[in-house]
Amino acid sequence: MNRISKISYLFAIYLFLYAPILVLIIYSFNDSSYSLVWQGFTFRWYENLLQNRELQIVAVHSLMVGVLAATGATAIGTLAAVCLYRYKFFGKKLLHALIFILIISPDIVTGISLLILFSTLKVPLGFWTLLLSHITFSIPFVTVTVYSRLTGHDKNLFEAAKDLGATEGTIFRKILIPLLWPAIIAGWLLSFTLSMDDVIISFFVTGPEFDVLPLKIFSMVRVGIKPEINALCSVMFGLTLVVVLIYQLVTWKKQS
Amino acid sequence: MKKDKVFSTFSTSVIWFWLAVFALIPSFLLFVTSLLMQGDNELVRLQLTLDNYFRLFNANYLRVFLRSFALAGTCMLGCLLLAYPFSYIVARMPKRYKGLLLLLVIIPFWTSSLIRSYAIVAILKTHGILNSLLLTCGMIEKPLQLMYTNTATMIGLIYTLLPLMILPLYASIEKLDLRLIDAARDLGAKKYQVFYKVLLPLTMPGILAGCMLVFLPAMTLFYIPDLLGGAKTILIGNLIQNQFLAARDWPMGATISVALTLLMGLVLFIYWLCYQRSKEPQYEPHQ
Repeated sequence: MNRISKISYLFAIYLFLYAPILVLIIYSFNDSSYSLVWQGFTFRWYENLLQNRELQIVAVHSLMVGVLAATGATAIGTLAAVCLYRYKFFGKKLLHALIFILIISPDIVTGISLLILFSTLKVPLGFWTLLLSHITFSIPFVTVTVYSRLTGHDKNLFEAAKDLGATEGTIFRKILIPLLWPAIIAGWLLSFTLSMDDVIISFFVTGPEFDVLPLKIFSMVRVGIKPEINALCSVMFGLTLVVVLIYQLVTWKKQS
Repeated sequence: MKKDKVFSTFSTSVIWFWLAVFALIPSFLLFVTSLLMQGDNELVRLQLTLDNYFRLFNANYLRVFLRSFALAGTCMLGCLLLAYPFSYIVARMPKRYKGLLLLLVIIPFWTSSLIRSYAIVAILKTHGILNSLLLTCGMIEKPLQLMYTNTATMIGLIYTLLPLMILPLYASIEKLDLRLIDAARDLGAKKYQVFYKVLLPLTMPGILAGCMLVFLPAMTLFYIPDLLGGAKTILIGNLIQNQFLAARDWPMGATISVALTLLMGLVLFIYWLCYQRSKEPQYEPHQ
């Protein structure tokens, strides 16, 4: 293959990946409700979004669950990575396997398993069930991110700290946390986007009084396409872009 | 020494507790539910039966399973054919471009697949961008009916899952020692021989990983056929969702999920076997 055909192939794939999103963003500024013809530039749909109380509540719900779930998952996932790396304990191999299974298992199975758990325990579906489920499906991703950062380190460091009288708790606070900081942030960001984007699991484990953004978009899209949804999706895409760039910055520093 | 135990005991028990309550017990309950019967007033009747598993062999269910497999397989092949040349070209680019090119693949990977499916809807609609574009160019005379067809579902699935194929492929092609290709060429191998005998076997782990990451979710992303395929394409994901929400037959929904999990386990096992084989040395000793 010559150079030009190579570059045009790359271009075609990028076009395939980005064209739909770009079209969405462009049309979120189009001053027309139905027509595809360009009617002029407007911020009307974004203003409508800002005035839509219902959507605001749903957006706040999503952000709240996203932040709390990411924080919880990061705390537990980091502990899991450290345990897997440092300690010998009952069922260690099983834990390794379980984390792999949780990553690979289909969202729909995770979703309905949790739904059955909550209905067996008679827990009403809503904020708490959603939060617990989001923490659960994010944990393995944090563990994998943090674990891969741990394996690069010299184990003698921990031996030295121990010889100097540090307890395990001190080692965790004074050595592991600072060392793992970039991976912990990366894990948090990954959990946050996973939580903000999840449709399938949330679909099963939340109740009617606690709606989240992806589910709201899903039900809106099924009814029909409105310019407000274009605006909303553009905002969410922008948010993801910011998170990815921060993530890249964090992991890029790690390499240099 | 005793104080030392506190931290490790505490952290291991936190993780075990969490995963036991929210991963192991729910899976067990799912399995138990699949063995129960649908209740008249309550969701399930506490009576053990294997009936649901026999019902699974009903022609309607089997058809959905087969169609899901076929659709996911086609999607996997489509992604592989699109992604392999792409990953190869990117992996051989000058180093300073690679980072940026890869970042551009990672961004859609992080973006909500729901939003991206919605973008596809906007493009494919009868009065959507694609039709207007083709009409203005004079390539078609009346709008194509793309929405609510299998083609639309396939486009949506490939579009959503393509980054998951590109990333592992890129990782394995990038690791490849490119001098091997030159060496093969110097020794007189033709281009297709280089591909079959050198490139393909050495990048097999990446191909298998990518296929896995595309095939498994393709069967269960129920909102993509929902939005793009209308009611015509029912995937296993839609089937399970229907049992839980429309039919209110939780035991049957649980049974289909257990069957799906077993099938995936089987696919993973085959993947593992292929992976082991692909890692073995491939050259044959001289006689």
